[in-house]
Amino acid sequence: MYAIREALAAFRRAPVLTGLASAMVGLALYVIGLLGLATYNLQQALSTIEDRVQIAVYLRDDTRQSEIDLAQAELGEIPEVRAVRFISKREALELAREELPEFSALFSDLEVNPLPQSLEVELIPGERSQEVVERISAAALRYPFVEDARYGREWVDRLFALRRIGAATTFAMGSAFAVVAALIIGTALRIAIFARREEIYVMRLVGATNGFIRRPFLLEGALSGLLGGGLAWLMTWATYRGVYAFLFQLAWIPPTWIFAGLASGAFFGAIASALAIGRHLRQV
Amino acid sequence: MIKLTNVSKEYAKGGFALRDVSLHVKKGEFVFLTGHSGSGKSTTMRLSHMAERPTSGEVRVTGYTSDRITQRALWKIRRRVGFVFQDFRLLPGRTALENVSFVLEVTGTPRKDIVPRAQRLLTRVGLTPKAGSLVHELSGGEQQRVAIARALANSPYVLLADEPTGNLDDRATRGVMDLFWDINANGMAVLMATHDLELVRRYPKARVLELDNGRLVYDSAAA
Ligand SMILES: Nc1ncnc2c1ncn2[C@@H]1O[C@H](COP(=O)(O)OP(=O)(O)O)[C@@H](O)[C@H]1O
Ligand SMILES: [Mg+2]
Repeated sequence: MYAIREALAAFRRAPVLTGLASAMVGLALYVIGLLGLATYNLQQALSTIEDRVQIAVYLRDDTRQSEIDLAQAELGEIPEVRAVRFISKREALELAREELPEFSALFSDLEVNPLPQSLEVELIPGERSQEVVERISAAALRYPFVEDARYGREWVDRLFALRRIGAATTFAMGSAFAVVAALIIGTALRIAIFARREEIYVMRLVGATNGFIRRPFLLEGALSGLLGGGLAWLMTWATYRGVYAFLFQLAWIPPTWIFAGLASGAFFGAIASALAIGRHLRQV
Repeated sequence: MIKLTNVSKEYAKGGFALRDVSLHVKKGEFVFLTGHSGSGKSTTMRLSHMAERPTSGEVRVTGYTSDRITQRALWKIRRRVGFVFQDFRLLPGRTALENVSFVLEVTGTPRKDIVPRAQRLLTRVGLTPKAGSLVHELSGGEQQRVAIARALANSPYVLLADEPTGNLDDRATRGVMDLFWDINANGMAVLMATHDLELVRRYPKARVLELDNGRLVYDSAAA
């Protein structure tokens, strides 16, 4: 009770100082917010591309229906496979006409359909790794009636390289910015607490326990962190709107990320306060 | 109450502030601690509420011993010892009443008792009409009274005052001294550091200790 009242009173008594601390925390977390926004959108983009990772298994023209059915069933039983779709020669031609309208005249003039029949192997999301793709292709190629299995080797390789680079970069930048944010939060709160060392001194003098002195400061730190987190949220949102309106389409970060950001702001605030106040409690 | 036994205090920068000082302030006594500036009065006062620890020797305050009590447990001593400074050290931006009720809040007084008790303490020091004034609106003498009310809030066994009249004019000094004397008459021990011998002479019934260059050179009770 006392702790809550005091923490709120601190905002009232020194609005500039506590406001400044929150603003610094906000700016530090804003950088993290931008990084989060970029990361999330990169992730989204990559997974859209990833959705297209599938294996086309081309069959010889003289393959019997029973053999096709068998291969379709067996490939469908591989755990990473979501679905196996059979595409007949005619369907292949229709698809080709739809996707390549500039050749549709050419296709309709043909007397023999040159396109092979195929099985399209679709993978379970999260299992679209290079290793899986290669293993399934190899399995398909073991059937004597399979002519070829293709999955766009080059761009799958690139996609996964990009993913690894993206993850590493995000991790490195994220940790660097998190450290910077923690330092800024620590400094901001140290200044705020330093300004109140006299009060801490008097509290010690009149017999307040350390825990009693610490509690409102912890709460105040958490509150500054939360306020800063809210500020960062607003700024990130504004940036998102700006980019969306003037540059390109973006996805907004999911609520769990925002919640995690706010919670870590509050957490960092409390920890920073605890560290900053420890020094004052050891004196006198 | 407060007992120093063979206490020396050495500062890393500044050398010995106290050398082999032994003194004992007993229950109900009024004691002046005198000496020139730099003789070690403030150091003695700080040791007496364990804001600092002695380099050697032992300080005992209301039953707690300097080499045994931890920093975390100092609040136990602080609730038995009231402290008044030359420069008041009130919390700025708060009223007289808030400066006193602060102590009661900090030491866990039931909420409904806080304001009435703080008001009674202000009445005790003659400041009833100024309870709602912000401390910077008060005169020096009034601020020191608020500080005294704050020091009394825990009903301490002993009141320590380091040059409490050093920033006050004559009239305010007399008022504050009368207050200390009155508090002592009601049974509380008072240890007051002052370099003002004129002031000391006005209270011939008080015990007088004198420090010189960190040594205790005179004790009226021993003379
Ligand atoms: N924190 C300190 N660090 C170094 N020297 C100090 C410190 N406090 C006091 N001293 C020295 O100790 C001596 C006694 O000081 P003090 O106790 O303040 O005397 P008084 O209060 O009688 O004027 C002085 O020489 C002073 O310079
Ligand atoms: Mg002094």
